[in-house]
Amino acid sequence: MKQAPTTSTPQPSGQTDRRGFLGVAAAGLAGILLAPGVRLIEIAQAAPANPVTGANPKVRWGMLIDSTKCASGCTDCVTACNTENGLSGGTLPTDSQWIRKIEIKEVKTGKTQSLPMMCQHCAEPPCVDVCPTGASFKRADGIVLVDKHICIGCRYCVMACPYKARSFVHESLSNQKPDVPRGMGTVEGCTLCVHKVDRGESPACVQACSAAGHGAIVFGDLNNPESEISKRVASYATRQIREDLNLDTGVRYIGI
Amino acid sequence: MAHPQAPRSTRAAPPPLQGATPAARQSRFRGVPRFGSLVFLLGLLIGGVTHADSPTSRVPKPVIEAARGGQCVEDPAFMRRHHMELLKHQRDDTMHGGIRGAKYSLKTCIECHASQTTNSVTAAPTNFCVSCHTYAAVKIDCFECHATQPQKTSSLPLAQPVPAGSSLQLGQQQVKP
Repeated sequence: MKQAPTTSTPQPSGQTDRRGFLGVAAAGLAGILLAPGVRLIEIAQAAPANPVTGANPKVRWGMLIDSTKCASGCTDCVTACNTENGLSGGTLPTDSQWIRKIEIKEVKTGKTQSLPMMCQHCAEPPCVDVCPTGASFKRADGIVLVDKHICIGCRYCVMACPYKARSFVHESLSNQKPDVPRGMGTVEGCTLCVHKVDRGESPACVQACSAAGHGAIVFGDLNNPESEISKRVASYATRQIREDLNLDTGVRYIGI
Repeated sequence: MAHPQAPRSTRAAPPPLQGATPAARQSRFRGVPRFGSLVFLLGLLIGGVTHADSPTSRVPKPVIEAARGGQCVEDPAFMRRHHMELLKHQRDDTMHGGIRGAKYSLKTCIECHASQTTNSVTAAPTNFCVSCHTYAAVKIDCFECHATQPQKTSSLPLAQPVPAGSSLQLGQQQVKP
């Protein structure tokens, strides 16, 4: 019985030797496999699960509105927005308005200009800055949205927005559109028709404007130099409204 | 000696209580039919409930309407317990990541489970979502914002109506746990 421990003592040391060797070999192998010019970050960036679906961070969706082509009194874009998103179309202070037509006038010359006004989808959105719950957020592709699951209806964003682009839903709603959930007690605004953009289509206002033959609104990727909107922004003088705020808006205007 | 024998001889009619007024006696006798009727009513109630149920189970079950499509995205037993987690996960993916048309989207649930009669998941007390949530006493606020009816024009194959016989069979299968 006393011999058993003496014979068994060399065995554990042999096992630890083997384990140590295996550990060193595995580390060395891993080092060799990862070493030649391949870093973990590149592997992570190289193959997203599904490159087609979801908001692409390389894209910045934007709109270019040519106010010289925008006729005073024309509300095709507003009507299309209301129809697409299931808005009532009312203009009372308690009605939601995602896009509205405004008239601007130069005081000295008296020249008037008509243009649509909606969420400008800022790169530095004040509504996101002030939101206490994180409900107001900017998507990876630059679209500024409200997550109504998190929104508590405090309306800080309504106050913070320099463009008066956000609305609050005061009364309970029914018969919402399946693609556009809206509900009482939450803030909402232009979504750039995100459900259509995710399908590869243009927003409803853009489609309506071009279908009516005005063609005053161009929608596209501001980050892609080959896109129509980027070419126009590069060749024409465009303005952002309230440029002094340095919000880098996604909606740009010509002729104001 | 005559006094102890008196109860034995008049067992059917109890002896008049000494010192009890006629009114008290009357009330004591009125109590017997009241209790009897209570037992009778209870019996009716229990009998009615057990009769209304299926012979295999005495536990009442919620009405589950047949879905329009053939096969759910997961096993019905799994969906019954985990659909809320799947929906919440999908909701964040869709809202923040822009991932649409995924497997567990509420929109596709509604396309398939909207009632054949009301074309909604909440319009009638027996409609798919409201029926179970009423039974489980769970209040959901999904439909304060989300549409309860499928889109008018849908590209999804699930929303195609199936023959009445097969959908009924599916509904019956779903009722059983």
